[in-house]
Amino acid sequence: MVSFQFLVFVAVFYVAFLFVIAFAAERSAAKGKGKWLRSPIIYTLSLSIYCTAWTFYGAVGYAARSGLEYLTIYLGPTIVMIGWWWVLRKLVRIGRMHRITSIADLISSRFGKSTSLGVMVTLLMVVAATPYVALQLQSVTQSIAVFSQSAGQGWVTDDLDRATLWVAVGLAIFTIVFGTRNLDANERHHGIVIAIAVEAVVKLFALLAVGIFVVWGVAGGIGPTLELIDKSPIAEWDQHSGRWVGLTFLAGAAFLTLPRMFQVLVVENADENNLLMASWAFPLYLMLMSLFVVPIAVVGLDRLPAGSNPDLFVLTLPLAEGQSFLAIFSFLGGLSSATSMVIVATIALATMISNHIVTPIWLTSKGAGAMVSGDVRQLVIGARRLSIGGVLLLGYVYYLLSGGSAALAAIGLISFTGVAQILPALIGGLFWRGATRWGAVAGIGVGFVVWTWTLLLPSFGPDAVVPAAVFDNGPLGLRYLRPYALFGIDGIDPQLHAILWSMILNTTIFFVVSVLTFPQPLERLQGAQFVNVFEHSQGARAWTQSTAEAEDLLVMAQRIIGAGEAQALFQREAQLQGKASYLPDVTPDFVAHLERELAGSVGAATAHAMVGQLTQGVSVSVEDLIAVADEAAQILEYSNRLEAKSAEQERTALQLREANEKLTQLSIQKDAFLSQISHELRTPMTSIRSFSEILRDGDMTADQTVRYSGIIHAEAVRLTRLLDDLLDLSVLENGQVTLNMQRGTLRDLIDQAVSATGSGQAMAIKRRPAEENVPLYTDVDRLTQVFINLIANAQKYCDGEKPVLRIVTRQIGGSSVVDFIDNGSGIAKQNQQVIFEKFSRLTDARKAGGAGLGLAICREIMTRLGGEIAYLPGQGGAAFRVVLPPAS
Amino acid sequence: MGKRVLVIEDEPNIIEAISFILSRDGWTVHTHADGETANNKIKAMPPDLIILDVMLPGKSGFDILRDLRADGETHEIPVLMLTARGQTRDREMAERLGVTQFMTKPFSNAEVIESVRTLVAD
Repeated sequence: MVSFQFLVFVAVFYVAFLFVIAFAAERSAAKGKGKWLRSPIIYTLSLSIYCTAWTFYGAVGYAARSGLEYLTIYLGPTIVMIGWWWVLRKLVRIGRMHRITSIADLISSRFGKSTSLGVMVTLLMVVAATPYVALQLQSVTQSIAVFSQSAGQGWVTDDLDRATLWVAVGLAIFTIVFGTRNLDANERHHGIVIAIAVEAVVKLFALLAVGIFVVWGVAGGIGPTLELIDKSPIAEWDQHSGRWVGLTFLAGAAFLTLPRMFQVLVVENADENNLLMASWAFPLYLMLMSLFVVPIAVVGLDRLPAGSNPDLFVLTLPLAEGQSFLAIFSFLGGLSSATSMVIVATIALATMISNHIVTPIWLTSKGAGAMVSGDVRQLVIGARRLSIGGVLLLGYVYYLLSGGSAALAAIGLISFTGVAQILPALIGGLFWRGATRWGAVAGIGVGFVVWTWTLLLPSFGPDAVVPAAVFDNGPLGLRYLRPYALFGIDGIDPQLHAILWSMILNTTIFFVVSVLTFPQPLERLQGAQFVNVFEHSQGARAWTQSTAEAEDLLVMAQRIIGAGEAQALFQREAQLQGKASYLPDVTPDFVAHLERELAGSVGAATAHAMVGQLTQGVSVSVEDLIAVADEAAQILEYSNRLEAKSAEQERTALQLREANEKLTQLSIQKDAFLSQISHELRTPMTSIRSFSEILRDGDMTADQTVRYSGIIHAEAVRLTRLLDDLLDLSVLENGQVTLNMQRGTLRDLIDQAVSATGSGQAMAIKRRPAEENVPLYTDVDRLTQVFINLIANAQKYCDGEKPVLRIVTRQIGGSSVVDFIDNGSGIAKQNQQVIFEKFSRLTDARKAGGAGLGLAICREIMTRLGGEIAYLPGQGGAAFRVVLPPAS
Repeated sequence: MGKRVLVIEDEPNIIEAISFILSRDGWTVHTHADGETANNKIKAMPPDLIILDVMLPGKSGFDILRDLRADGETHEIPVLMLTARGQTRDREMAERLGVTQFMTKPFSNAEVIESVRTLVAD
């Protein structure tokens, strides 16, 4: 007989052993020697938290009650591991890239880092997982009760409840100690993972040991066992095919969506390649776990007195056969199953609660200054510890409420159905870019309500929460809303009924609402990132123009990930940027990187909100939209390539058209120019021809002869000058001019120009000779030509009563300028540009005798010399500014 | 007193040349150098012949001709267009507007006299 004290001693010793292993693993990882902790074997073993006390004890009970149906619970995950490894790979990749902390974080992050969706998933998960935690507590209590009964110590219910409470407290302490050592939930909990792995081995060997003992020790070998199986009702194959399909699906869905499974599959995953081994090793583990379930059930039914709880055959069979140590080993196996599940589940749930409920609420209540003034780190750790206690307390309360009597398997299925409500949004979010936040909210919401109504509330039993009358007549007499016969469809197994309705309504509404609603930019961006995770090398770049100070960001980061780590992070970034100080520039890349780091501690939505409040940047920028557009571009690449080709042809055609237009334009300009020249040449020619004919006719006075030959001479001179100007301009325009560079001073050049124009009599010229002492190295003849032109123009066109020309030299912006300003009426604004064009004489300019080429020539000369000439508006009269070329 | 010829032209030397040869041939010559007021001048004292330049300040010879032909009082006055713009396009334009004769500069004095005599005799 095993005494109660001995059992307690064994249990305490076992838990202490786990503490030591976990502690050693953490030490080893901290010293950087924990490479083996990341091995695929450890990863595969950690997945075994799928096998809880439900599997350890409940599978036998399940088989004893419903035959082979228990296999569906193993079949679902096996199909997922073997057939859906690519979904897992995608999940793991996304989880690592976006530093996802939980399944709620994943859904929230996928649908635009939505806080509300995170809260929703968290609540659903807490509600769904609570019965499951209760189930583990119940199994531990029951197993202790078995020993006490066999020892003849018969406990009353109060004692059992108290024992359950102590189990819960113990688990809470272990989880708090090893689950909240590090704030970064994305960092692996090495201690816990190694403890789970050890427990995985313990529970497997315990079950195998019991199985081997039962087959060879009790039944007398394989042959007799098979005979027993043949005789038992389990062998009768009258399975409900709908239940089989439904339960297999449910187990597979739960494998993906259970918070604790997500924790070990994705969050604790150290290497994507670990999936390779897990994909065959984990199904093998499940197979071994299920190997002896039927023999134990059959032998138990055969040997133990009628009315024995089949859920406890694994314990009671060895006890009945007097194998105390085997029974204790079996007890430890069950304890392992229960504790490992509770520990990981509470860590996962606590992370969700602190990241998606506590921190956002605290952030909202504190406002913008929160992340620099408050201590986020302590807050998050505190929230996580409280949540761990809260989840276990909830489980304990559920255990008390449900009376601790329901079959283990039934409780497990309720939880499975609850967490499976995430599946449509999860799979839709991973593979369908059209999935939207509202679709996810609506689908999960409806699934949650249907699950609660058809499965969770009825599970407390008639009249516990839902009055018995409602089961028969529906709420308020609405018969189509009866929990077990929704929409009047009667006679389906309640479990299957709940799976069918919740999943069908959930999926349909998720799809329909997604199609009907339009995703936000950030949602589209995240959607693209998630769906095409393998094409992306980096996460969402949600920050473009940051107004945040690096120091504020550092203060915030220190509060969340700790001073040392935050400073190291900033210093690394500063080094990468090549800065001497330890503060990096706040680049968009850095902010995005920082956000991912923070997301590892507080979740994507919260990290995004915190960084967003500091950077005050709009969360989605034009660049993001471009990134989304780039996505679309990738999909349409083929059509784009075609378009590119036609665009190229179009460009060529456009270039040809432009060239043609240019040629036409040039041709028109040439015609106009020739027509102008023709006119300018013909006009003096007309006078010359006419007067020379008159002179030839003879019969004239001497005065007339002198006058007419004078006109002929003047017109000939005009013609010559015109031809000179034309040639000059042509040479300048073609760039064939050779500059005759000489040294000189500005004063000499202006002196020359003034004397050449014979000025000083008709028009007064005012100068500032002191300023004109500017040394020049240029083609002095050409520059003088410009000055002459400007002075001559002033003489011709200045209409002031007492014409005055001021020639002002000054230094502006490092270069010398010479302004020629007269006191006439100036040039109208619309003509100030035109005057530099060829033949651009303004009205009544003809009497001045120019051909309208002077200023065009001046402009060409100044361009050649490296200077400028421009009309200077706002000077009263006509004013021209000559910017001299630099002297060097 | 000979028949009156109105010379609308803005180049002083050309005005002087045309005035000289027409006066010598017995015509009474009036001159006008501004395009804008040309049509008023013509209506105020309709001449027997108009010698018209194209490039005039204010209003082009083509526009003067168009208005001239559109006006009942002046539409029958013969017009000899003398222009330095000798392109075919200009000639066609002038003919479309109803010019009586089109000559390009530089001109032969004898040809001008000949044309004036022919046009006024008609």
